[in-house]
Amino acid sequence: MNPFKNVNFEKLKRGLTKSRKRLAAGVAEALTGKATIDEETMEELEEALISADIGFDVVERTLENTRSRLANQADRGEGAALKAVRKELAAQLERAGATADYEPALASHKPFVILVVGVNGAGKTTTVGKLARNFKRAGKSVIVGAADTYRAAANEQLEVWAERAEVDVLGMAPGSDPSAVAYRTVETAKREGIDVAIVDTAGRLHTKANLMSELGKIGRAVAKLEPTAPHETFLVVDGGAGQNAVQQAERFSEATPLTGLIVAKLDGTAKGGALFRICDALDIPVRYVGVGEGIEDLQNFDPRLFVEALFNE
Amino acid sequence: MLDELTRKIDGALKKIRGQGKLTEANISDALREIRRALLDADVNYKVAKRFVARVKEKSLGAEVMRSITPSQLITKHIHDELTELLGGEAAELRLNASGATAILVVGLQGSGKTTFSGKLAKRLKERGGKPGLVACDVYRPAAIEQLKKLGESIDVPVLTSDEKDPRRIATSAPAFAKERKLDALIYDTAGRLHVDEEMMAEVADIKAIVDPNETLFVVDSMTGQDAVNSAKAFNERVDYDGVVLTKLDGDSRGGCALSIREVVGKPIKFASVGETLDALEPFHPDRLASRILDRGDVVTFVEKAQAHADELESEELEEKLRKNAFDFEDFLKQIKVIKKMGSLSSILAMIPGASKLGAAADVDDDALVKVEAIVNSMTREERREPKLLNGSRRKRIARGSGSTIQDVNRLLKRFKEMKRMMGGIAKSGLPKTFPKGPSPF
Ligand SMILES: Nc1nc2c(ncn2[C@@H]2O[C@H](COP(=O)(O)OP(=O)(O)OP(=O)(O)O)[C@@H](O)[C@H]2O)c(=O)[nH]1
Ligand SMILES: Nc1nc2c(ncn2[C@@H]2O[C@H](COP(=O)(O)OP(=O)(O)O)[C@@H](O)[C@H]2O)c(=O)[nH]1
Ligand SMILES: [Mg+2]
Ligand SMILES: [Mg+2]
Repeated sequence: MNPFKNVNFEKLKRGLTKSRKRLAAGVAEALTGKATIDEETMEELEEALISADIGFDVVERTLENTRSRLANQADRGEGAALKAVRKELAAQLERAGATADYEPALASHKPFVILVVGVNGAGKTTTVGKLARNFKRAGKSVIVGAADTYRAAANEQLEVWAERAEVDVLGMAPGSDPSAVAYRTVETAKREGIDVAIVDTAGRLHTKANLMSELGKIGRAVAKLEPTAPHETFLVVDGGAGQNAVQQAERFSEATPLTGLIVAKLDGTAKGGALFRICDALDIPVRYVGVGEGIEDLQNFDPRLFVEALFNE
Repeated sequence: MLDELTRKIDGALKKIRGQGKLTEANISDALREIRRALLDADVNYKVAKRFVARVKEKSLGAEVMRSITPSQLITKHIHDELTELLGGEAAELRLNASGATAILVVGLQGSGKTTFSGKLAKRLKERGGKPGLVACDVYRPAAIEQLKKLGESIDVPVLTSDEKDPRRIATSAPAFAKERKLDALIYDTAGRLHVDEEMMAEVADIKAIVDPNETLFVVDSMTGQDAVNSAKAFNERVDYDGVVLTKLDGDSRGGCALSIREVVGKPIKFASVGETLDALEPFHPDRLASRILDRGDVVTFVEKAQAHADELESEELEEKLRKNAFDFEDFLKQIKVIKKMGSLSSILAMIPGASKLGAAADVDDDALVKVEAIVNSMTREERREPKLLNGSRRKRIARGSGSTIQDVNRLLKRFKEMKRMMGGIAKSGLPKTFPKGPSPF
């Protein structure tokens, strides 16, 4: 069962059109009329890739690998060069485990517990709403837990999403211990035989030690009830984030083991290229992308499509 | 122990010889590294390129004092330009002298608009004002509730409404201000993407209705390369007056601020540094410049060297070096300058490359203290004329400085070698090593 399989990729494509245009223009500009890829072309390619937030290290490595890939083949024209870059980039995402047909193994545990974490304003709560809706639509019963007990009206925000998704919501008074909320969410799911429990957490900067250790506590609280839980812990990254996203991911993964990434806000002109470095550093896959503020705007992450979408007109 | 030290310091010092003037050739490596640092800090690709090229153009031909390298000097120039560009004109909020001041807060989703609105209200209130908040985000779930709660927490009235169109809420705000006798209104708007035509038209309409004294564009400091696109698009639609950088309490380098400054030219007015409503600071261009460039050690080193330029490179000293008449008196002076600049290890730590040589890590400042003690135990005559230092004098000096006769011998030997080296350099016209004094450790 893949709750997102029926979503077509037109929206993602449309969302990425603007970014794609610029990147494609950059690359085409770099390659037009040139039989083989030369230094200047490489530099222009570098610009296109860095402008996508892919980051210097990855760009350097990618271009290096592309260069040697090209060196061994007869056809070194524009088409071949682009293809090599694409292949190389997609391979990096796939190495970290991303596949277009990912589906959480919801049937393997009951309740299947999902923890959603990330820095402030990344898109966590919205993503929780979207996930809940999709699982619900796939015939699962769902409860969401409002473990952001800090931000003003965070409870109310999640309540609205729960209502839209037609799922249960568990919240406690503002200022309550977030691990107590997480605990009670899973406890309720167990008691009532709910299939999926999704815990929304407060945004926190990865530099704040006390807030980061709180995450570990939330994970442990959940594990008290369900030793194998959380079964997925998603880090939500803002698609517009720059190179700091890598530090974010590293610090979060130290605080609590991450199993996947979700890149939100890819419906703008930002390209989300920072995820390449994250996948490389943490060896975890990207699972979903957020492409809007609507409840349907979550899609499975397809590494090839993602890379393709960066380049193709 | 002194030998080991000498070897290391010599190695480090070789790296830091001055080279006359800044030229294409002697700064190209440094500029490449700096451009890389800017990109790693999320400065937009084109902006980084343009900025570096501009500073280079301006800097070519600049004199490099002998105590620093061209790389260090160009790094300092970049830092200064960066500070200047980020700073610019004074960025005070324009308050309305006659009626109520209107402040419009706009930006992308999740950038920190609502929190900033609350912070600004708190600030105005603390300064004796009577601000109110206007909730114009009718889209995000519980956005109005969020602002209402923030308002309650600081006892500031919040205009909320069931109205579905934020334009109408904005229209009704002046009456609210009048009724409550408010002297400032802060309009919190929904987050929107700059490519969302409908939403951008809406915010432009809101601006036309509100006719604000200040429109502020709120940007997450963790934003990457795309910052230029949103900043430009928002500027075209609402022509904002200033920028608010948020989430600076994290460790992002904040290069997007440079991109925005360069591309739209609007001043940065506030730094948001936390989730609580008191975490608002005026913007400090120099701090952000250091954060973006991440070369604070080099900049500090150049500043120190420049501040002590007279002592480090005085005419008298130059003359002595040229004539190879450098003596322990000069040496002692140099040690004093170095001590003023900071400890030897801290200076070495600032020298790029020194740490790679392991010099900075191992140099212990005790060695400097020891050498100074030895030199201090000499008489003035002995310092001027080291040849006088026979066996009994050396014994006296060792005793006086609490060191061994071997230490004294080693220092004298090193000093002689150094002078020979300097003589050679002076003759061949090559620049001398820095710091000239402490080489003979
Ligand atoms: N650490 C930190 N968090 C901040 C800062 N400013 C805002 N936040 C947090 O960032 C998140 C988003 O802030 P909001 O003020 O709701 O942002 P917004 O721009 O109004 O968001 P939308 O209305 O959803 O577009 C919240 O979790 C805030 O607590 C800051 O300077 N530092
Ligand atoms: N355009 C767009 N906006 C999004 C997306 N995901 C979340 N947002 C918006 O980003 C803002 C912050 O989202 P929220 O879920 O509250 O983030 P949280 O602080 O991490 O929980 C809200 O205004 C959301 O509507 C997305 O995929 N696309
Ligand atoms: Mg949230
Ligand atoms: Mg808001």
